[in-house]
Formats: sequence, C-alpha cells, structure tokens
Amino acid sequence: MEVNTNQLSLKADLIRLFEDNSDVLLAGETTEMIMHRKKAFELFRQNGFPNTKMEKWRNTDLSAAIKENYHIYFDPAFLEGIDLKTIFQCNIPSLVTDVISQLNGWFVSENGSLKKTQDGVIIGSLQAAKKHHADIVNQYLHSIANIEKNSLIALNTAFAIDGTFIYVPDNVHVEIPMQMVNIIRHYRNIFIQNHNLIILGRNARLQLLQCDDSVDQQRSVTNTVTEVFIGENSSLDHYKLQNKNNNSTFINSAFFNLEKNARLLTNGITLNGGMIRNDIHVTLNGEHAEANIMGVYLMDGSQHVDNQVFVDHAYPNCFSNELFKGILDDSASAVFNGHILVRRDAQKTNAYQNNKNILLTDKATVNTMPFLEIYADDVKCSHGTTIGQLDQNALFYLKSRGIGDDNARLLLMYAFAAEVINYIGIEPLRIRVDDMVKKRLRGELSICDQCVLHCSSKEKPVHFEIDMSKI
Amino acid sequence: MENNQIIEQVTSGEYKYGFYTDIEMDMAPKGLNEDIIRFISQKKSEPDWLLEWRLKAYRHWLTMKQPNWGHLNIPPIDYNDIIYYAAPKSKKELQSLDEVDPELLATFNKLGISLEEQKRLSGVAVDAVMDSVSVKTTFSKTLEKHGIIFCSFSEAVQKHPDLVRKYMGSVVPYTDNYFAALNSAVFTDGSFCYIPKGVRCPLELSTYFRINAANTGQFERTLIIGDEESYVSYMEGCTAPQRDENQLHAAVVEIVAMKDAYVKYSTVQNWYPGNKQGEGGIYNLVTKRGICRGANSKISWTQVETGSAITWKYPSCILMGDNSVGEFYSVAVTNNYQQADTGTKMIHLGKNTSSTIISKGISAGFSNNSYRGLVKIVRKAENSRNFTQCDSLLLGDKCGAHTFPYIHDENKSSIVEHEATTSKISEDQLFYLQQRGISEESAIGLIVNGYAREVLKQLPMEFAVEAQKLLSISLEGSVG
Amino acid sequence: MLSIKNLHVSIEGREIIKGLNLEVKAGEVHAIMGPNGTGKSTLAAVVAGKEGIYEITKGEITYKGKRLDDLSVEERAREGIFLGFQYPVEIPGVTIVNFMRTAINEIRNYKGQEPIGAAEFLKMMEEAKNLVGIHSKLTNRSVNEGFSGGEKKKNEIFQMAMLKPDLAILDETDSGLDIDALKVVANGVNTLKRPDNATIVITHYQRLLDFIVPDFVHVLYDGRIVKSGGKELAIELEAKGYEWIKAENL
Repeated sequence: MEVNTNQLSLKADLIRLFEDNSDVLLAGETTEMIMHRKKAFELFRQNGFPNTKMEKWRNTDLSAAIKENYHIYFDPAFLEGIDLKTIFQCNIPSLVTDVISQLNGWFVSENGSLKKTQDGVIIGSLQAAKKHHADIVNQYLHSIANIEKNSLIALNTAFAIDGTFIYVPDNVHVEIPMQMVNIIRHYRNIFIQNHNLIILGRNARLQLLQCDDSVDQQRSVTNTVTEVFIGENSSLDHYKLQNKNNNSTFINSAFFNLEKNARLLTNGITLNGGMIRNDIHVTLNGEHAEANIMGVYLMDGSQHVDNQVFVDHAYPNCFSNELFKGILDDSASAVFNGHILVRRDAQKTNAYQNNKNILLTDKATVNTMPFLEIYADDVKCSHGTTIGQLDQNALFYLKSRGIGDDNARLLLMYAFAAEVINYIGIEPLRIRVDDMVKKRLRGELSICDQCVLHCSSKEKPVHFEIDMSKI
Repeated sequence: MENNQIIEQVTSGEYKYGFYTDIEMDMAPKGLNEDIIRFISQKKSEPDWLLEWRLKAYRHWLTMKQPNWGHLNIPPIDYNDIIYYAAPKSKKELQSLDEVDPELLATFNKLGISLEEQKRLSGVAVDAVMDSVSVKTTFSKTLEKHGIIFCSFSEAVQKHPDLVRKYMGSVVPYTDNYFAALNSAVFTDGSFCYIPKGVRCPLELSTYFRINAANTGQFERTLIIGDEESYVSYMEGCTAPQRDENQLHAAVVEIVAMKDAYVKYSTVQNWYPGNKQGEGGIYNLVTKRGICRGANSKISWTQVETGSAITWKYPSCILMGDNSVGEFYSVAVTNNYQQADTGTKMIHLGKNTSSTIISKGISAGFSNNSYRGLVKIVRKAENSRNFTQCDSLLLGDKCGAHTFPYIHDENKSSIVEHEATTSKISEDQLFYLQQRGISEESAIGLIVNGYAREVLKQLPMEFAVEAQKLLSISLEGSVG
Repeated sequence: MLSIKNLHVSIEGREIIKGLNLEVKAGEVHAIMGPNGTGKSTLAAVVAGKEGIYEITKGEITYKGKRLDDLSVEERAREGIFLGFQYPVEIPGVTIVNFMRTAINEIRNYKGQEPIGAAEFLKMMEEAKNLVGIHSKLTNRSVNEGFSGGEKKKNEIFQMAMLKPDLAILDETDSGLDIDALKVVANGVNTLKRPDNATIVITHYQRLLDFIVPDFVHVLYDGRIVKSGGKELAIELEAKGYEWIKAENL
C-alpha cells in the first residue's frame, strides 16, 4: 500500500497518515509495543522535525528536505515487476559475503523472509521475525533507541514496519561477513523509515558490512534506526559504506549496547551523499567493554555530513576511541560532535576522541565539537581536533622528488584518509575501499548504477607512481 | 592516609574574605521596573540619552529568556527581589585617601589590597567599586599627565560623555544576551579607561569590586579603550561577604583595541562561593568581550576564578583587524557545590589573526567545572590560527570536569588545533613530594599551582602572588 | 640508626619480603644487592613509608629508636630519611627551586626552626648544584619533566645534598647511567658522607660499588638477606653471578 504526502506540511501529513493507517502500521504488535509506538507518535506530534534552533541540529538543516512531498510505502508494493538479481549482485573480487538485501527500506529475498542456519543464526526481515521469533524480538526491539531525546527516533519508532533482523546465538562465530545492501530505487520522491535489529549473544562474533546506496538521482529521505546488542565477550566489526546521490537525505541512527568484555569496531566510510547524518550512540554497559568508533568522510559539491557520536561509559575499566577524519572540497560542509560521558563510578576509563579535517577550498566549512563530560577522577580522557590544509612541507618534499602537484596532493590526502581505512579488518574490503577512496579523491567515483561494491564499470585502474608505504 | 581523606582535608578550606563592612548605605527599594531605572539614572544625574538607552535595554530584556544552555543548574532568580542600587552614603567628592571612610579602608586592608599600600608599594592605580559605586580612584593625577583617563563609569558619563556614548554597547550591545541586557538597564557604576594614542600606561590599572550590602545585585560596567599604539594592563579583583542568600553579579566589560594597541585584562575572581553545603554564594553571570578593531592589535584575557556559587562567563575576542591577536588564559577552581561554565569565544574576522586559549580547570568536592569555548573562523579570515589547550584536574570522585569546545571553520588556509586532557594527582607524585618532607596539603597545593603555572605566569606580579594564595585557600584547609 | 627485625611485606596478598633483618649504624655504608624481583625496591619503599599496595604483615622497623609505622611519609622525611627513587616522577609546573624551598622550610618548621633565608638557600643551591654538576637552568625547570635519565638521577643526589639526610636509601641510582654520570653520582654520595649519617645503596650491579665503597654488602634473595659480608662479597658475586646464590638457596 502506498500513500503520498502532499497536502499540508510533511509533519502534518505524517500525523494524518499515522492516524488514518494505525491499523496497518500497528498490525500484529503486542499491546506493549503498540503503547510504545503510540507514545513515540505522540512525541513526534509534540516535537515535530528537529530544527536548527536545537543544539544538536544547529548545523544540519532539514528544512529543505521536509518541504518536499514524498511517497511512503506501508508494504513493499513497488516490488512488482522488479528483478532483484539485476539489482543485487556482488562482484568484489575475493570478497565472499552473505548478502542481505533491502530495497527502499524493505527486506527482500527470493528465498523467503527468514533464514536460519545450522548453528542457529537467523537472518531476515524484521517484520517476519516479529511473527516467528517474537520471544527474541520483543526482548530487544525499541529497548535502546531512546525516543525521548530525538523526535526522528520517535518518528521511526512510530512508522517503521520492516528492516533487517540478525540474530547470532551464544558461542557462534560467523565466519563469512554479512553484507547489508540497502538500495533506494524509485521513480519519484520517497520517504523511507526502516528499523534494523542486530543481536549477538555471548561469545559470538560477526563482521557486518552495511552499504547504503542510491541507484538513481531521485530525491529521498531515509530515517533509519539500527539497534545493536553485543553480548558478553562478543565482538562485532561493523563497516558502513555510504554512497548516496546528492538528492538524498540520509539520517542513520545506530544504538550499540555492549556488555562485559564486548568489543565493537564501527567504521563509517562516507563517500557521497546530499545530506548524511550519522547518530551513533554507544553504551559501554559492562566492565572491560571496548569500542572503536571511526569515520572518514570525503565530501564535495554542496554535500553535507554530520557525525554525532555519543559514548556512555557506564561501567569502570572500559575503553573507547573515536577517530573521525574528513576532507572537504567545493562548498561541502561537515559537522562532528563527539560526546564522551564518563559516569561517576566508571573509574579507570580510557576514552579518546579525535577529529581531523582538511579544507580544500574557501567555501568548505567544518563545525567540530568534541565534548567531554567527566564525573570520575581516575580516568584517562583526551580529545583533540585539528582543521587545516595539506602539510606544505610534505607537499614540497614530494614535489622535490619529481611528483606533480596534483599527484602529490592526492598522495597526501590519501595518506590522511588511510589512517581510518586501515582499521578495516576484512582484507578484500579494505583493498576495495582503498581503491574507492583513491577514485573519490580523483573525482572519478560517482554513484554508479549498482551498489558501490558491485561497481562493474571498467574504470581506469588505480595506479600511483610511488610506493605509498615508503612515505 | 587514604587519598579521599587527604582530598577532603585539603578541600575543606573556608572562605576567608567573608566579612561585612558596616557603612551607611544609600539604597533603592527592591524590585525592577522603569521607575527604578529612572531612579538610578536620576541618582547619577545622567543625560537623557543614557536613560533612554537603559530603558530600551530594559524593554528588550523583558522579551528575553534566561539562557539555559550552560552545564549549570541555576535556581530561579527573582529579579524583583533584588536591590538594584546601593551606594555608600558619601556625597562629597573625595580629594584624598584620608577622606575615604575608615571602615571602607579597613575592608580593603583586610582584603590585602589597601589603597595606601598599593599606592606606596606598587604604584598601582586602584578604582575600588563597592556595591556598584566607585569609591575612590587613586593616582588619577599621575595618569592625567599622560592623558590617560581612568575613573569611575559615572564620572566618565559626566566628564567624557562623547567617548562613553561612542563606545558603550559597541562591543556588547544590550541585545547581546539576557544578562547583558539586564546590566545595560540597571548598571550603577564601574570603571572607565581611555589610553590615548601612542601612550604606554606606566601603571598597572586596577579595580576592586566588592558586594557588601544584603540583597543587592552588583551590575558594574567597565569600558576600556586602547587608542592606536597604546598599551595598558588592567586588573580586576572581586570579593563579597559571606551571606546565606544568593546574590547576583551581572557585569559587562567592553574593550576596544585600535590599531597596534595592546590591552591586557587580568581578573582574580573570589566572590563568596557559598558554604560547604552549597548555601549562599554569588551568581557570577558576566559578559566580557573585547574587539581588536585595528590591525596588529591585541587583547589578552587572564582569569583566575576561584569564587562564586555559579560562574557563567566567556571573556571573548573579536579579531577584526588584520594580524590581530586574542589570548585567553584561565584557571577555574570549583570546590564544594560550586558550578562553573566558563571559557571564551575567539571570532576570527581579519586576515592573519591568531588566538591562543589555555584553560586549566580544577574540580574538587561536589562541584562541576566546564570549559566552553567557541573558535570561529570566517571565510575571509585568511591564514588565521588558533591553538587551544584545555586541561582538567579532578580532586576526588564526586566532582565533574567537562569540556565543550565549538569550532567553526570556513577558511582553508586556517589552522585550528585543540587539545584536551583530564587527569588527577597521581599517588606517585604525592609520595615523591612527601618523601622530601612536604605535607600532603602543601604537596597538593604545589601540584595544583604547578598545574596552573602556565596561566599564573601571565598575571602581573602583584596579582600572581594573590592568585597563588587564593588557589591554595580555595583548595586547602590549613593555609591562611 | 636503622633496625629492621623479621620484616614481612606483602603486595596484594603475595609475600615479597619474608623475614628480613638489617642493622645500620651511623657512619656506615651498606650495599644491598640481588637479582631483579627479590624485594629490593619494596624494602626501600616500605622504609620510606609508601602505602597503598604494600602491607607489612609482620616484624618492625625502628629508626633512631622510634617505631617507623607511627610516622607518616613526610614525618619520616623530616626525621632524616631520604629515598633516592629508581624512577623519579615528573611533576609538571612545579619548579625544583620552589619544590626544595617548600621541603626545606617544612622540615625546618618541624624542627622548630625559622624558614630559610633567601641568601642561605641560594648558597646551598649553588653548592649542591656544583656537587652534582647540574646546570643552573635545570633547577628552574619543572621537577623531572623532560629530564634525561642521567639528569633525573643527578637531580636525586642534588636533592639529597639540599636536604642533608641522616639515612639515605638509594634505590638503583646507578641504573641507566653511563660511566661519567655514575662517577658524578658516586662522588656526590661520598662527599655527603658524614660520621653521623648512613647510606644504603641498592643495586643490581657491582659497578657502582667501585665508586661508593660499602662497609657491608648484603645479598637479598627471595625476600631474605641470604648472605652478608664486606665489600669483597660484591666482587665475589660479580665473578660468580647470581646463579651462585640461587643454587645455594634452592
């Protein structure tokens, strides 16, 4: 079933849509869940979309995006006549992944909506999981995505029907990386809200790659919420590749809950996108939990990226490290707001935060706000931020060895970004991302007609004249 | 001894400046309305334009809301329960120190800043402001020789109305923020200083502020103008008696630095911080801003903040002239239930402008101490530089230390660096000092002063000694 | 001067010193040698009064006839105990001058003496600096901050010269020093020797004892003094190595 927003403001339209269709939206939910989602709806009704008068949104302005009208789907009706094979195919040499496909925010598969492997791993649609694995879903869903502080989370909670569900039981090490491919393909403006739920039991391991792509130039607003639970002694490597068209507004909120001894690496590579907002909440909810939160963003044109990272050290002896690096060309703009909270009893915390930016033009803008809020005394916390240009001495050094100005700049920019890229633990993926970053820096990467990882167009091979490792 | 005990011991210092001076006061009734503003203006025989300005500020203030973005918990303030004008009754113009009320002189003596002492020993020109009214400016004659104007704000309004009218509100307009608007409406006195072109002020200029009467707010206004190629070092000290209720201090300081001028402004703020249970104490809600108008000008803020129940203050620099320089050096100590949200704004507008921010926060007891700073570099501010270092030291595990930097950069040729660390006094450091025979309290005092050294060395000599003492007093129990 | 009887010390429940006896009299120089991890630094720290991880489970230490456990760290220092640290800690922003002045005045205050005069203090500083050959500039720097290994150790002896302790315990003062620095340090210690003071030199190598000649040498092994003798014991130990001790104590 598809509906349009076209009468009043987007907010008013959404309110009307929810009221008119709450039977569809809330179908099959438990009473508790219905209460929660209705409460979320009320919060959105009260607060509406965030605006630039709000502290957390002062530098990211959604007003242009919410002026437009959009298509909203309450079921994946658009699937009719679409050949999934041509959209989702993977061509990365030597990268073997289990692909999880989402089209316009809906889980799509030719092999049924849920898959359970021999060792008990469940992968599939959240909507289906609600039905068939209610015991698991009800225990976790909506439990860490806080609807009080951010009305977009409330909006998603009220509206989202589907998304991806991943469950890794205790003691299971998933050997093959999973790859969530989220593609938007539509003939006109679309507003997407999906909700992903990822659960790792105890002593579990998972590598997850999340690709967000557009395949055309249609306008879209995506408001995604992902809840991730990492159980005791478990480990998650999470890579995000964001390559969206310039007409897309992509709000990606992820909540990570880490239990004792849990480990998280989340690494976001933002290559293109009209307006991208990543809200990352990490709660270190047990001793000796460890989180590495990384990001690199390479923006040009009038693209805008906003990374909001909140790390809550709720227990002693935890470690967190944030590293975000960005290069901004043309009139692109970037926001970084890191916020480390060390609670009263979280002694022996180690928390680090670093944001480095290079501005290539006089039209590019950076806003960076690395915050520390500390209530325990026996901690090691630091933050740093730099904004600057390419190191002129290094540039001179390279040129003095005969490298042309353009290549010397590219080399330095690449070296700047490489610090984050090197955190990618899946070798073929790292090589591929490396490649894409080099292309991006040369202005050769665009959003192609396939997922970024499937790019089959024969671009020039990437080749640098000198050995990077020797610089 | 357990570390916690040590910290408790050394952080239990009581406020040493809590005495009340019994002087006959001339007061306005409690409350805030246009009549009170007219009363203040009339008391001070102000020209009409100033009254109009005050009233405009007041009307604007009525449309504003008290800001709540600071990491502060400010209890509601009843603006109608404050006395907005309280002056020591002393009608005639004082010609020499001998004519100053002996009680008042005794107060300054207790503060360790006796006018006579200052006059005799250090040659510091002092303008003492007690409960909003400037009491006596010493050394005016010496300064007059150089053409320097250093007088109370009220006197400046009478004698130099053109200068006041030209510059007042030019750096901090009354629309700037809630407290600046309030101050603009009700300010009672303050200091005024003008350094003419090419003059290097031979003395350290100094103002002491003291809140004395009960239920009074202090709303002083300071305006400093450094004309081309001039230099002045200006010092400000503050104290208040111990009282159970909270008192409001909402001051405005404006600095204008013309081409090649250098204005150095140092503050040692020791308003009454409240008792150990967090009762009483001053709400110090202050707007301080300077503008480097001309090329190559420089404004340097140094502050040692040990007092006040609540501090909300961001001495800032607008770097408008090319090659202009802004500096902010700060030590903020909070103890018991004190709260501080302090820092700076460096607004880079001109080419080749540079700014340095060094902030050292020390938290003890149940206090919360936040650094909040903005570095803004606009598109045309080519080759601008900022370096920021803000460190926090926590004494004990019941306090909080926070850092909220905001950096906005639009220029590719700029370089901005921000570094911050959080630490505590290590047991190894304490053991090392104690092994050399130094007591625990002194050891913590030494380490804290060492930690703040980079900022303290920016202070003029007379102030540095006092500041070091204050740091010890606010953190140590036995010194005094 | 110092008397240690049947001392047992534990760190986090693990016994490090297991019944140690030692008598040091005024005018004597004692060397305590032993392989790594046998409790040498623990002994030094316990005599100086370091708390936290150290727990004295048995035995007693008396100094000048007083039981040491009644005295705080700084009181022991004021009574004349000096510890030369193996790893001197850095204290940012606190200049050596300020540090030493504070220490000397607190010690004088403890003894009921007036604070030291500026002239006298400067004279003492000059003498102490000359003794260990450190630059004037160094004393205006923050305590140990950015000092080289050699500078840190010289700074320890400089402080010893300033405070003129009755009992100096030098914990591995020779570690990390080249031969020239070693000679400077040894010369400092020898010059500061008086008939009424005593020195305990803790070292791993015999090398330092070529320059500071001990009256007694003790070998510490597994938390006990397993051998005591004259300076020739150090030479024997150097020749035979610690394996010899280990073999004897298996």
